[in-house]
Amino acid sequence: MTFVPKPKVRHPLLEFNEIGLTRRDYEGSVSTLCAGCGHDSVSAAITIACNEMSIPPHRFAKLSGIGCSSKTPSYFLGASHGFNSVHGRMPSVATGANLANHELYCIGVSGDGDSASIGVGQFAHIVRRKVNMLYIVDNNGTYGLTKGQFSATNDRGSTSKRGVPNLYSPIDLVSMALQVGASFVARSFSGDKTQLVPLIKAALMHKGFAFIDVISPCVMFNNHNGSTKSYQYVREHTAAMVDAQLITPHEEISVEYAPGTVKEVDMPDGSLLRLRKLSETYDPHDRIGALNHVQRAQEQGDVITGLLYVDPIASDLHEVLETTSTPLNQLVESDLCPGSEALDGVNASFR
Amino acid sequence: MTTYNDFVIKFANVNGSGSASANGMFAKALFRMGIPVASRNIFPSNIQGLPTWFEVRVSEAEHFGRRNEIDIMVAMNAETFESDVADLRSGGYLLFDSTKGRDPRLARDDIEPVGVPIARLVMGEFQDPKQRQLFKNIVYLGVLTSLLNIDFSVITSMVSTQYKGKDELIQPNIHALEIGRSYAENYLECPLPIQVRHSEKLGDRIFIDGNTAAALGAIYGGATVCAWYPITPSTSMAEAFEQHAKQLRIDNDTSQRKFAIIQAEDELAALGVVIGAGWNGARAFTATSGPGISLMTEFLGLAYFAEIPAVLFDIQRAGPSTGMPTRTQQADLIAAAYASHGDTKHPLLFPATPRECFDFAANAFDYADRLQTPILVMSDLDLGMNETTTEALAWDDARLYDRGKVLSSEELDEVATFGRYLDIDGDGIGYRTLPGTHPSKGAFFTRGTSRDEFATYTEAPEAYTQNMDRLLSKWETARDILPAAEITSQNRRAGIIYYGTSATPMSESLAMLDEQGVELDTMRIRAFPFGAEVIEFIDNHEIVFMVEQNRDAQMKMMMVNELDLLPSSIQSILYYGGMSISADFIAQEVLSYYQVNNIPRIKVIST
Repeated sequence: MTFVPKPKVRHPLLEFNEIGLTRRDYEGSVSTLCAGCGHDSVSAAITIACNEMSIPPHRFAKLSGIGCSSKTPSYFLGASHGFNSVHGRMPSVATGANLANHELYCIGVSGDGDSASIGVGQFAHIVRRKVNMLYIVDNNGTYGLTKGQFSATNDRGSTSKRGVPNLYSPIDLVSMALQVGASFVARSFSGDKTQLVPLIKAALMHKGFAFIDVISPCVMFNNHNGSTKSYQYVREHTAAMVDAQLITPHEEISVEYAPGTVKEVDMPDGSLLRLRKLSETYDPHDRIGALNHVQRAQEQGDVITGLLYVDPIASDLHEVLETTSTPLNQLVESDLCPGSEALDGVNASFR
Repeated sequence: MTTYNDFVIKFANVNGSGSASANGMFAKALFRMGIPVASRNIFPSNIQGLPTWFEVRVSEAEHFGRRNEIDIMVAMNAETFESDVADLRSGGYLLFDSTKGRDPRLARDDIEPVGVPIARLVMGEFQDPKQRQLFKNIVYLGVLTSLLNIDFSVITSMVSTQYKGKDELIQPNIHALEIGRSYAENYLECPLPIQVRHSEKLGDRIFIDGNTAAALGAIYGGATVCAWYPITPSTSMAEAFEQHAKQLRIDNDTSQRKFAIIQAEDELAALGVVIGAGWNGARAFTATSGPGISLMTEFLGLAYFAEIPAVLFDIQRAGPSTGMPTRTQQADLIAAAYASHGDTKHPLLFPATPRECFDFAANAFDYADRLQTPILVMSDLDLGMNETTTEALAWDDARLYDRGKVLSSEELDEVATFGRYLDIDGDGIGYRTLPGTHPSKGAFFTRGTSRDEFATYTEAPEAYTQNMDRLLSKWETARDILPAAEITSQNRRAGIIYYGTSATPMSESLAMLDEQGVELDTMRIRAFPFGAEVIEFIDNHEIVFMVEQNRDAQMKMMMVNELDLLPSSIQSILYYGGMSISADFIAQEVLSYYQVNNIPRIKVIST
């Protein structure tokens, strides 16, 4: 929804990545979201992560549903195709896109209305299906584009801008993702790029369904006292559990941590995922433990963040379906059409 | 007088009793004797315990439509016995289980009762209660081989094929067949004056249902993604796709699959998967029925407006709402043609035979790619789920898929400015690019919102209108690409229009009408939007009938709407009871129109 094209000028100090590109090559068009919107920080984090990973910027498929969050795929990775589908149905479209070509990096961006209300069914089922993708929910607890109605992720008792309390129980997408089988589950905060960028990188490298719930405050309708999705509330109530750092084969490990606090996980592309535990009691490989931890924290009004669960040897939908290594959209007549001779056999079986 | 290869036999059973496979074997045996046959399974929306019927039309003259007159009734369901007896034509034969004597409800003296103590015969030979139940069906099959003079070796060889690998089942089945046969030969007058004999009529034709044929068409047409949600009567298409793809679409070297099937969480998601795959360049389809189409309308609007190829098979059943899930109708036309809010319309195809299900299925993927829009193949329960005699499936190995206008990386290098929705060729169809194709050119944002020719969001009235008008110009292109109506014309005064399974009884209806001095030109609609030949046919006939299996004359509505016709220019013949439309119904309706309106016939028939 851009009316102003971005000038193609490169700041002389911008660094080149391993494939000779700069961060500018990973940007999209100018955002039309409100000034200060958390979603723009998420788009920026995606831009930074993809640049740092040196993935060719046209090798992504960006998918979204409807709402403020779902507009954002315009604002990053402008060299890639995007698909702004229908409300709450991005998971099915993403499943189809991923089936057609498993070689593209698939990024879905959704919101709390899109994924926790109208699309809660599709969300649960894409998790079950293990689609190999990064699924980000820009979670602001409100319907921004229709001016501030409560969404289903709102905590009970949190108030609207006018002070009206929410009377209904929240749906926690992190808990749901854990419960129905996501192999990479994280929660972060749009205001914390240091945490979010490494999470996005690790999620893109993860084979299987990677979910990041990003609390992303709505400056217009849900950033007041009484909101549990405001910048202030989240900053005051965040407890990071596990830090993730993705180290590509070319990078040197620069930071050393105290022994016993770091777990290293080999990634399929040869890179290394380092998980640093920030809480003694937390184990990011224990799905049921993670689920308990998340729920207990929520009960106490705390927002726990970081890489909450990862199954390093997860599989994806293509493995389940045993599809060919050549992407389905690149198969040609000789691959697909069994030909007239085989059809003779088919005919014979119906006589 | 003995008649050969010309009768209707109806089996009345209880569902879940194993009758379906025995009855299917009966129909197939006649087919293997070279006789043209059509079968119809009339089943309830239930798994066990409710009445079910199976009709087999045996017709050397190749009349495959449903006929109300039943020549032979195999009455195996006590619950429906009375009405089954009533369905039999005068002089017809009633095969019933006489273990408990003659049923007092058998009150007609104008039919021929043929009692066989089936339960008693089975009791004496088999111990297992489940076998006793199953072999009742096989015993009456054995009786019928003698009564109708069916080649016994054909049936026994079928048993051997059917139970290949489960050899312990072959002998008891053959034994049960023999029990029936020997009882008939010892105690009944065999064969009946209605019987079968080997025929040369079939040539290389096959015996297949429309859903299986459509699934094979999807395989041959290059479909790689099937996303679906179980719903009668479309389920068997997705299942057939899986079954045959596992044979025909496996990579020889790696054993990997060159297809992907998703049983989705609902019909919305099923079409969402198809659209995602289509957007990313894989040929994808879903199979569903009316309730599924209702759920898919939102996504159909998206695919129409965002111009994404997709193929849908609507195996229609009786609506509205849940309607009669196991009965047939042609009542989704309006819902499919204009599915979704805003100004939308979608091309439809109307196959009439299993062979055409195969052809149209394969072609639909070319049309969808060429027109960059959803194509709906409008089959129905009668066509989809019943095995019938049809032309052998054929494929030209020189055929290449028409992938439509998709720019490769090299082609993009040559393009100065890429605009996804630019109408460069004047046919209303722009050039697509697939995700990941080119490092710097051809990426665009696909959306359901209004956009300009360069895929940028706009609410400018001119840009919006221009885009909507281009979609109409694409609609005109579709008119020329889709299959034309099939016309037989001798410039008669009256013509009759039909489509899909309403074509099945038509040869017989026309013969009946001919005998009554009414000759009609015919037009079988095969696609929507209509080609120029459709209006021409209507204009050239003083009287035009239209046969449809719905209440509201939906095809007529579409013609009146799209061709700017006066509603009175088409006389509707409508049947919507849920059974497939019969030849005599159509003939009667035409004749009564002639009578009511005092229209002279060519030949004057004395009555």
